[in-house]
This record gives sequence, structure tokens and C-alpha cells, in this order.
Amino acid sequence: MIAAIQPTRVTGCAGLKVGLFVTCLVDLMRPSIGFAALELLEGAGCEVVVPELQTCCGQPAYNSGDRRSALALARKMIGEFDGCDYIVAPSGSCAGMIRTHYPDLFRDAPDERVRAQRLCERTYELTDFLANVLKIEQVPGRYAGTVTYHDSCSGLRELGVKAQPRALLAKMPGVELREMEEAENCCGFGGTFSVKFGDVSAHLAERKCANVAAAGADALVLGDLGCMLNIEGRLRRRGDTTTRVLHVAEVLAGKINAD
Amino acid sequence: MRVRSREFKQRAPGKLADANLQAALRKLQGNFVRGRAERVAELDNFEAIRDAAAAIRERALADLDVYLETFERNAMAAGAQVHWAESTEEASRIVCELAARYGVKKAVKSKSMVSEECALNDALAAAGVEVVETDLGEYILQLAHEPPSHIVAPVVHKTRDEVSDLFADRHKAPRKTDISALTREAREVLRPHFLTADMGISGANFIVAETGSTLIVTNEGNGRMVTTLPRVHVAITGIEKVVPTLEDVATLMRLLPRHGTGQTITNYISITTGPRRTGDLEGPEHFHVVLVDAGRTKLLGGDMQAMLRCIRCGACMNHCPVYQSVGGHAYGWVYPGPMGSVLTPTYVGLENARDLPHASTLCNQCGVVCPVKIPLPDLLRKLREQSFERKLPPWPERAALRLWAAVACRPAVYGAVTTLAARVLAWLGGRGKVIHNLPFAGGWTRGRDLPAPQGKTFRELYRQRKAR
Repeated sequence: MIAAIQPTRVTGCAGLKVGLFVTCLVDLMRPSIGFAALELLEGAGCEVVVPELQTCCGQPAYNSGDRRSALALARKMIGEFDGCDYIVAPSGSCAGMIRTHYPDLFRDAPDERVRAQRLCERTYELTDFLANVLKIEQVPGRYAGTVTYHDSCSGLRELGVKAQPRALLAKMPGVELREMEEAENCCGFGGTFSVKFGDVSAHLAERKCANVAAAGADALVLGDLGCMLNIEGRLRRRGDTTTRVLHVAEVLAGKINAD
Repeated sequence: MRVRSREFKQRAPGKLADANLQAALRKLQGNFVRGRAERVAELDNFEAIRDAAAAIRERALADLDVYLETFERNAMAAGAQVHWAESTEEASRIVCELAARYGVKKAVKSKSMVSEECALNDALAAAGVEVVETDLGEYILQLAHEPPSHIVAPVVHKTRDEVSDLFADRHKAPRKTDISALTREAREVLRPHFLTADMGISGANFIVAETGSTLIVTNEGNGRMVTTLPRVHVAITGIEKVVPTLEDVATLMRLLPRHGTGQTITNYISITTGPRRTGDLEGPEHFHVVLVDAGRTKLLGGDMQAMLRCIRCGACMNHCPVYQSVGGHAYGWVYPGPMGSVLTPTYVGLENARDLPHASTLCNQCGVVCPVKIPLPDLLRKLREQSFERKLPPWPERAALRLWAAVACRPAVYGAVTTLAARVLAWLGGRGKVIHNLPFAGGWTRGRDLPAPQGKTFRELYRQRKAR
């Protein structure tokens, strides 16, 4: 397996001001994903801004029924990213929250709803943005090995992210994709579900791990850190210390640490 | 039926550890998941049919009173009698009174989930009526004294071996393992009951306003015997099952079998319009329809109305990762899976089923496969909001959410907290970079490790990078 950082400028998207929404999980757990996304966007010629006061999109509160907290965080998000042409997140889950749920969150606030609508229309999951908006022709990373891809629920079913990451990976000559069974099935993460119903969650993660193992790839690649922590956590617990679990941004940017 | 939905969380681990149940649940992948996908792929205008089906159901709900009264008028014109039950208790009482009126000693039943809601079998038994379930799955459950665990395949939680043991024990016959032999044995036991029953009780998949008909969709043929052989037929169903026309039924039938059992069409679709008429070769002398509200009208015009579109195909549970893991009994009432997690709290009270709206990863498989486009994850989320507003989740959970949100709204505090957390968690991960045990997150670490963070937050590193 070779992993090298070779930032390549690809197509001309100069002048596009893209706000990078790092997401709270990436900020805390795996900042390398955020930097990989940053380099991919800059490499494609975007002017990337990273609002430094950003925290969370409010999804945990929204999905837990705490609408008031979710609204407060959504307002904060809108204020921070208002001036960007696009908002991009290395997560289908967070991008899905903004894109498909912000309009509902502001349903009783017509004035704010317009701004929320503007934000959500310009919000993209990273691979969706690279493949469908920037239409990049080359990717900077180098990777040699077999990979299998897990489709995260929100990315797939809220944003239609399915072909995009695969198309981008296909631009990497060393990558061989081996699809697993049930790639579109939930890994069992579900945010707070993973702690509230830990046993059911781990049971689903185990099923995902069995499918990963059966695919026989060197690495599991995916686009959401929540699923990543869940599946990697279960892989390690079941004694698999060799299958690498990589975020698609890290692979595409060639930012795979030797950790 | 007793509501045990509050115990979901306590019962789930036992279901996960039940090897027989887990083996049985794997069956869902066959006809239910793969079969549905194949049958849907055969339709080149699937999404258009789905839109039409959802529109039919919405149209019926928008003018529910009108369609129900039209149904009543037309059913009565055909000689049927229509009864209105506001509650499940009232529905049971009506059926028991009918049994008394006609001197019913024995009733045969085809599958009806509404009768489960009403605990009708218990009520009839208490009134001295022998009740025999004739749907094979329901018959097995009656022998086993268990409730159904699925709305279409009630006995999906049992393996063939368990049924073999059960039949050998209850029928006092040599143990059989061949499915057709088991079915034949059940048929031989059931046949005399059909011929000696005084009352046949069925449900209804749809009731048709324009003709006053009730309609059942079945595969085994027992439904047809239940609706035609006994001298009294009672169809018991929810008021939301009404559709305007037979043509609407035809549209819905393009989706129901495909989504329910992976069939293009079921073996039987039985339409009953009134009792036997002069010259008819078969049919009951008396035909009664019991229309049950039991909480349904409360949903009209509110956030949850879309749930009343449900045509009870079971696709949402078949595709639900949580249902696939724990089976239907864990949900603790009549309706399991995503549709049950919406219906149970709305029918029996959120406080009696407060876990259920949360017992979902919101993966939206259910919403994607629903033939009438019920936005199940959105409805679950709305129930979570109601639950939060009513302070039903335990206070530490609510406090944690509010605290987290308060911190996330204050970037400086947030930065300090995450910087510290990243370091502590990285330290806990040690050289292996995985955390095996984390206080306050036992739900996570009981079944899996937590990959440790890299040590510094993105925000710190980004600042450092900009400073360079």
C-alpha cells in the first residue's frame, strides 16, 4: 500500500468561495479528514473558507426531539456560512441535516426560512460536490489496494450519494473496488441510538463487519465519521486489526497517515 | 392486548441472544426484501403508481367522513349491517353481542390485526365462544399462546423445527418436518372447524365506499372459507381502511402484494358485498361490518395524519435493521417495526411506549420502501419532539442534550471542551489508539471499541497552520 501526498491542481474553479463545514465529529476525532477535504477543494481551485467559530449543525438535538437547541445551532450555522457560494461537508449525515431538514426546522419562522433555504440549496456532501459540481477529472491521492465502500444512510437516502465516491475512486489507478453485500444497509450507528440501544447498535455493526470481512478488501472506505467510528470500533473488538477504515476524503487526497 | 412497549430496551438484548429467533429473522431477506425489489423492478412506472397510491390514501383521509358514510349507505343497501366502535373495548363488545344474538358457539377467524388491537379472542372466550384462528401462522400462534410478531407473517419469529415440535405436542401426532406435511396436518385439524363454525370473523385490507364492500387479500384460502361458510360473517377493521372506488383498489393492489410478500398478486382477493342473496350458492346469512376508531380520528388533521395512509404491507419492518435484529415481540404491542413505533405511541400513549420512537437509527430504509410514501423517520422524529416537550426522556438525557447544545452555541467554551476531550480520549486510547471501556458510554463500549481521536482538534491544527 502506498500513500503519498501529491496535491495536484485539477480543473479551474477559481473564484468559487466554498465554506468548509468540518463537522463536530471530524473536529474532535479525526481532523485529518477535515484537512483532506480542505486540500481536495483547494486543489480543485476553490477559495476555501473555514469559519473558525463553527461547531455543530444541530443534528443530535434535532434527532433527539430537542427542537429549540437544534434551531439555535442552525441559526449559528446560517450566520457563519451565509457569504459562501457553496457549503461542503465531509459527511452525508451533516450535509443531509442541512439540506433536507433545515427547511422543516424553520417551518414556523418564514423570515428565517428563506435564508435557511438558501443555505440548504448550496450545501453539498464532499464527494457529491467534487463529482457533480466541480466535476473534477483527476484526484490528487495515490492508493494501491482493494477497497470496499459502505454507503452511509443519510448520504445515500437523503442526498443520493452512491455513484459519486465510486466514480472518484475509479480515477485512482491503484484502487480496486470490491463491493460488499448489503453495502446500503445501516451500520447501526444512528447518533445517540448507538449509546441508547448499544446492544442493537453493536449487533448491526457486527453484521456490517461480517459483510466487510466477506468482501475481503484491504480497506473499508466511507464518507461519514459516525459510521466509521462504529464499524471500526466493532472491527477492532472482533479482533480485526488489519482492515483499514478510511474516510473517502483521506483516500482521495492521499492523506492516509501510517497510524 | 397488554402493552409491553415500555420494556423494549430491557427485552432487546434477550432477543439478540435468541439463536432460534435470529435464525428465523434471516428469512426476511428472501421473499420480503429480495422479492419486493424484484417485483418492483418489473414495473416500469413504479414511482408513478406509488404517487397515485399515496394520493388515493390521502384523498380518502381528506374526506374520511364522507367516504365512510358512503360506505355505510352502500353496505346497508347490499344488506350488510354497519357498526361503529369508538374504542377497542366497544368493538369487542359489539362482536360479543352479535355472537349472543345469533347463538354462536364457535367462531373461525382469518387474520386480523385490528382484532389483536381489540383483544377480541379473549373477549369472545370470556363470553363462552370457542375461537379458532385459521390463518396458518395465526393458528400456530394460537397453539403456542403467543401474539403475532409481524403484521403479514405473524409467525416469522419461529423456525420450522419449533413448529414441528409444537404440532407434535398439540396434535398428538408423529413429528413431521416437511412443510407441506405440516400444512396438511393443520388443514386436517382446521377443516371440521370451518364446517361447524357459526360465525366467521375476518379483517379487511380495504373497504370500498362506492360498492359498500369489504376486501381481504390472502394466500391460504382460509379467508374465503371464513367469509362464506359460517352463517354469520363479521368483518372488523379500522375506519382508515376506506378507499373511494374499486379502481382505487386496483391501483393499491399493484403495490400491496409486491411490498408485502414479494408477489405480483396474492392467491386470493376476496370481495364481500352484503350477505348471501337469493340464488347465491354461498355466503353468510348475516353480514356485519365493525368499523373501529380506537385513536385513529385523533391523527386526522395533525402531524401524524400520513400514518393513516398505511396499507399494512409490512415492508417497513422487513427492511428495518432494528426489526431485523430484535423481531416484532420486542415492540410490545400489536404493531412492530417503524409503523408500529409510530402507531403504538399514538394509539396507546407516548408515555406507555416512550422507547419506541427512539428505537430507530433513522436510516430511512422504511421511508424509501413505503408504497404509500409515509415519511416514517419524520413521524418518529415528531414523536421524539413530543416526548422531549413532555419531558418523557430521563432527565440526565435531557440535561446532557441541553448542556451540549449550550456549549456548542458558545464557540470559545466549545473549543476548550473539545481540546481537552480530544487529549483525554487520545490518552485513554493509549498506544493501540482504541478505547475499550469508557465511563458513561457503556452502551457503546459494551459491544465495540471506540477508535481514539488523533489528539488535537481540527480547530487547533487549523489555527496553527494559519499562523505558519
